[in-house]
Amino acid sequence: MQGFGDAFAAAFGLIARLDADLVEIVGLSLQVSLTATLLACAIGFPLGAVLAVGRFPGRGALTVLVNALMGLPPVVVGLVVYLMLSRAGPLGALGLLYTPAAMIAAQTLLVVPIVAALTRQIVADLDAEYHETLRSMGAGAGARMRTLLWDGRLALTTAGLAGMGRALAEVGAVMIVGGNIDHVTRVMTTAIALETSRGELALALGLGMVLMVLSLALNALAMGARMGAARMAHA
Amino acid sequence: MRALSAALCLAALALPVRASDGFIVVQSTTSTQNSGLYDAILPRYGGEVRVVAVGTGQAIRNARNCDGDVLLVHAREAEEAFVAEGYGVARHDLMYNDFVLVGPANDPAGVAGAADIDAALSAIAAARAPFASRGDDSGTHKKERALWAGAGIDPDEDSGTWYRETGSGMGATLNIATGMGAYALTDRATWIAYRNKGDHRILAEGDAALFNQYGVVAVNPARCPAVRVDGARAFVGWLLSSEGQAAIADHRLDGQQLFFPNAAGE
Repeated sequence: MQGFGDAFAAAFGLIARLDADLVEIVGLSLQVSLTATLLACAIGFPLGAVLAVGRFPGRGALTVLVNALMGLPPVVVGLVVYLMLSRAGPLGALGLLYTPAAMIAAQTLLVVPIVAALTRQIVADLDAEYHETLRSMGAGAGARMRTLLWDGRLALTTAGLAGMGRALAEVGAVMIVGGNIDHVTRVMTTAIALETSRGELALALGLGMVLMVLSLALNALAMGARMGAARMAHA
Repeated sequence: MRALSAALCLAALALPVRASDGFIVVQSTTSTQNSGLYDAILPRYGGEVRVVAVGTGQAIRNARNCDGDVLLVHAREAEEAFVAEGYGVARHDLMYNDFVLVGPANDPAGVAGAADIDAALSAIAAARAPFASRGDDSGTHKKERALWAGAGIDPDEDSGTWYRETGSGMGATLNIATGMGAYALTDRATWIAYRNKGDHRILAEGDAALFNQYGVVAVNPARCPAVRVDGARAFVGWLLSSEGQAAIADHRLDGQQLFFPNAAGE
């Protein structure tokens, strides 16, 4: 039986000799998931603010929908993006299937609902607090959204981190639209799935540990940035 | 929709893709990837070959959607249907190995002494010993279904009891089989390369019915205009050439040859 000791040894070995394949895979994971998270924030922050502040018919239904989409299975997103990008699909002519761009598209779709739903809650809470002040200043809806998003920027980093966690951890979507092609679309999670299917459980678990370390480092960075920003705000 | 396409194009341009010209996509069964065959032979080919290893059933479906240039799988009837329906140019025998029945060392159904695969499967069904089936329409799954039919057994009646359909790839199914002490049918290459055998071992092998033929098909440009015709033809030609066949024969793991080339010479 391959145990945790072997896994630790595998993880340590990979990191210690800066395994070239590992560096490439980690690089692509970060590239794909960070790009997807940034795109999802660019869409999710305004969408969440509109849902929080806007007054339009269907707002309640849309809010429920966005909240529900947080539970979207990655495999389903992968299938939808596959059907769009397949040569037989409507966007097939772009030739994007089995490229990192397809993986970014799928992860963006996965992360937008998470960022939008969390943003809506953060902005709605702030709006309840500052509603009278902003109204007395005669701020329009657009100005209110901008102000509240800026005011909630520290809390919004958590929304972004939650989204990034989802993107880095999912395997179902990138497996289908990326194809787990060596040196082209292989990322941490699909490499873990491949090594598991080869019965290389220690190596798979070792890769999982590297992924955890990566996630820890990113979150620590974000925490540091937040604390720095908070200190500046109170200075 | 247009904005999404534009954004995707931009993203595609922004990302470095290695040698983006001249590559081909191969839709493949998993055993060839899991056993390291591509890692061994592709450097000897030289051209850029991107392998999507998904199991025979899904590989054929993807190729039908024109999402590949070459199909490399192991289900002869399905490959011939693929060509007959116009999706493939021609089907060629590429190489073979064989299927083996693996199971726990204590062999609760006593298949180790069985005369042939029919008797082995009958013993498992009679003992109602757990059997992990792929259940995913892969080449191995198709073979397994044919073997049960050949033994006159319909395991579907017992699905969920001793007959357990994992709906997963070969490696995942072997992980499940070793975890629950179940029997399983696997191709020999995947089994030799598999590193989580536990106390599972080969219990039945060598029956002529366990022959496992791999085939290769270039996707038809008449059906799929975007197919990379030249690259596909070059790769299939190389695989079938004496050079490609030698590369396949030279791939060994733990001192054992995994695939035996048998293309019909030039």
